[in-house]
Amino acid sequence: MYDFTTLTKSIHESLSSQYSATTTIAIEWTIVGVAYLLFVALFGLFLVYAERKVCAAFQQRLGPMRVGPWGLLQTIADFIKLLMKELVTPKGVDKFLYNLAPFIVIIVSFLVISVIPFAPGLQTFDFDIGIFFVTAVSSVGVIGILLAGWSSNNKYSLIGAMRSGAQIVSYELSVGLSLITMIILAGTMQISGLVEGQREMWFIFKGHIPAFIAFFVFVIAGTAETNRGPFDLAEAESELTAGFHTEYSGIKFAFFFLAEYINLFIVAGMATTVFLGGWMPLHFGDFAGFNQVMDLIPGLVWFFIKVLGVMFLMMWFKWTFPRLRVDQILNLEWKYLLPINLFNILLMAAVVLLGLHF
Amino acid sequence: MGPQHPSTHGVLRLLVQLEGEIVHNVQPHIGYIHSGIEKMAESLSYPQIGHLTDRMDYLSAHMNNEAVALCVENALQIEVPERVKYIRTIMAELTRLASHQLWWCVMGMDMGALTTFFYGLRDREDILDIFEETCGARLTVNYSIPGGLMFDIHPNFQRDVKAFIKKFKTKLPEYDKLLSGNVIFTERTKGVGYLSREDAIAYGVTGPTARASGFACDLRKHQPYSAYSKVNFNEILSDVGDTYARYQVRMQEMWESMSIIEQLIDNIPEGDYAVKMKGVVKLPEGEFYQRVETARGEFGVFITSDGKKNPYRVKFRSPGFSNLFAINHIAKGWKIADLVAIMSTFDLVIPDIDR
Repeated sequence: MYDFTTLTKSIHESLSSQYSATTTIAIEWTIVGVAYLLFVALFGLFLVYAERKVCAAFQQRLGPMRVGPWGLLQTIADFIKLLMKELVTPKGVDKFLYNLAPFIVIIVSFLVISVIPFAPGLQTFDFDIGIFFVTAVSSVGVIGILLAGWSSNNKYSLIGAMRSGAQIVSYELSVGLSLITMIILAGTMQISGLVEGQREMWFIFKGHIPAFIAFFVFVIAGTAETNRGPFDLAEAESELTAGFHTEYSGIKFAFFFLAEYINLFIVAGMATTVFLGGWMPLHFGDFAGFNQVMDLIPGLVWFFIKVLGVMFLMMWFKWTFPRLRVDQILNLEWKYLLPINLFNILLMAAVVLLGLHF
Repeated sequence: MGPQHPSTHGVLRLLVQLEGEIVHNVQPHIGYIHSGIEKMAESLSYPQIGHLTDRMDYLSAHMNNEAVALCVENALQIEVPERVKYIRTIMAELTRLASHQLWWCVMGMDMGALTTFFYGLRDREDILDIFEETCGARLTVNYSIPGGLMFDIHPNFQRDVKAFIKKFKTKLPEYDKLLSGNVIFTERTKGVGYLSREDAIAYGVTGPTARASGFACDLRKHQPYSAYSKVNFNEILSDVGDTYARYQVRMQEMWESMSIIEQLIDNIPEGDYAVKMKGVVKLPEGEFYQRVETARGEFGVFITSDGKKNPYRVKFRSPGFSNLFAINHIAKGWKIADLVAIMSTFDLVIPDIDR
């Protein structure tokens, strides 16, 4: 399997042979930054297109068709339109916080994406505490939404922000605990270590029952954390018109929109990395022949197949389920998911201690 | 909420007093699209009034026209041919089906399940095609006139209606699969927004909304007009009175409507599609009232005539208007999200309220 470390190493060596250490680092960071910006922008556009097509398929429509072949250029046209729109600032808003909010939301999404391993060697940060970093940083995103709702001087926005606060803070717990369950199985918090640990078998199979429960909880809580249906209480278009981003227009709205799709990618990416083996191909213990055939498919392809699969699942939720009510959403978390999760941690610990996993 | 709000489905303004998410008081403010139909009707001749009524409750357009036609016919003591009665009943039930389909898809949309919207519209399209072929209009069907019908039915009418019924019988269970049994949906509707039978009567609530509270008020059953006395159907009643009951009553009503159409469609008698009327219709002096069961409840036409060719005074009793004002009573103490769901099961059409 191709390891991107050889590529990154050769770039690093060729750069450091010509420039000083500081300049090398600066150039490398610029490359990485631009790469992430490009990835997020292009993948975000693709995701919007994909969601529209998936949604259209569920709703027995065609989706984007007119602009470009199969409507492929539609999202680009939409993006240009959003760029050109006037940035309206309503009267009476807290201007500083109002303008800051979209940036907080999008910066947080960028930060989390930096620890996701796309392929062997294709990962920017590889902390010892990678999972910890993800849970810590992703919880900051709620501040952006709260600020947006609070500063908008709009009652719908305020209710949306308060809902979002209650919801995201609660579901952080489930996300964190289900990840901890898998850390117990993996024995490491380092993300590259997590992926390596799945060389013989993906964790969802390796940890069988508790891993499956953790995956189930993670997907539910992850969907809730991204503010997507059926948990899209914060924007609830039929109740709060658009909730926290009612008052945002043009590119500021696009930031919220883009952040939602990056978050979708992050949740799917984390689910893939922790449960479905990340870029690791499907391996079955000692079946060397089978494993070698699977290795022929590049890690990048494996990663994106799995991510898109999880994303499809989450889009499926959104386009079939009605929306929950705010008290039901908190009931689900505090009365069901959290106890299940706590019990599941014990179960996983027992499974690991007694060596009951594969 | 409103006058521009996605879940009020028109220019309705609800002044909602909230404590956090909890609704304390809902005050409907109406009149944003008040069209003065009753006043306009005073300067129009009787056959012309029908052209306004289908713009009121545009989802029960045929029933509204039928009510005006029946009222004038009763006043003049005209007996319309059997054929007219049968066709009117079939058209009314088709209208009810189309209305309930739209209500169902909007109900799903209000609760965040956008996909339902497209399912409902897809099937409704077939009915609208039948309407278009029958009388040229798709939504504001203007088919019943005093003395009969505007035109005879299209030669394809029976074939198309039967094809639609056959198709829709396979589609309606799909609706249940998508929404009715969904855990989130039942959690959000069962036990929510209770309306008792006494309150339903006190507020003048009619139609499926009242029948879900156990108030037997189906005029098709209790005061049959047109061909309703010739068909067998059940009046769908529920004694639960919550949002889910109102949902289920309408879902069941769709089956009953299909059964009514099936009983009539093959037995449409031959004959004229209208009686010969004088060029100028003049009602005798006096007061005349006729009510029909529209998709939303009891629609009444009250005409005071002074013997001229246009009415002295017209008053419509529209179901949406009476139903709407029970909303404060029901929604009190529930959450905003429930208010939206409750409003959905009231199946409001704003021009019906703002006459």
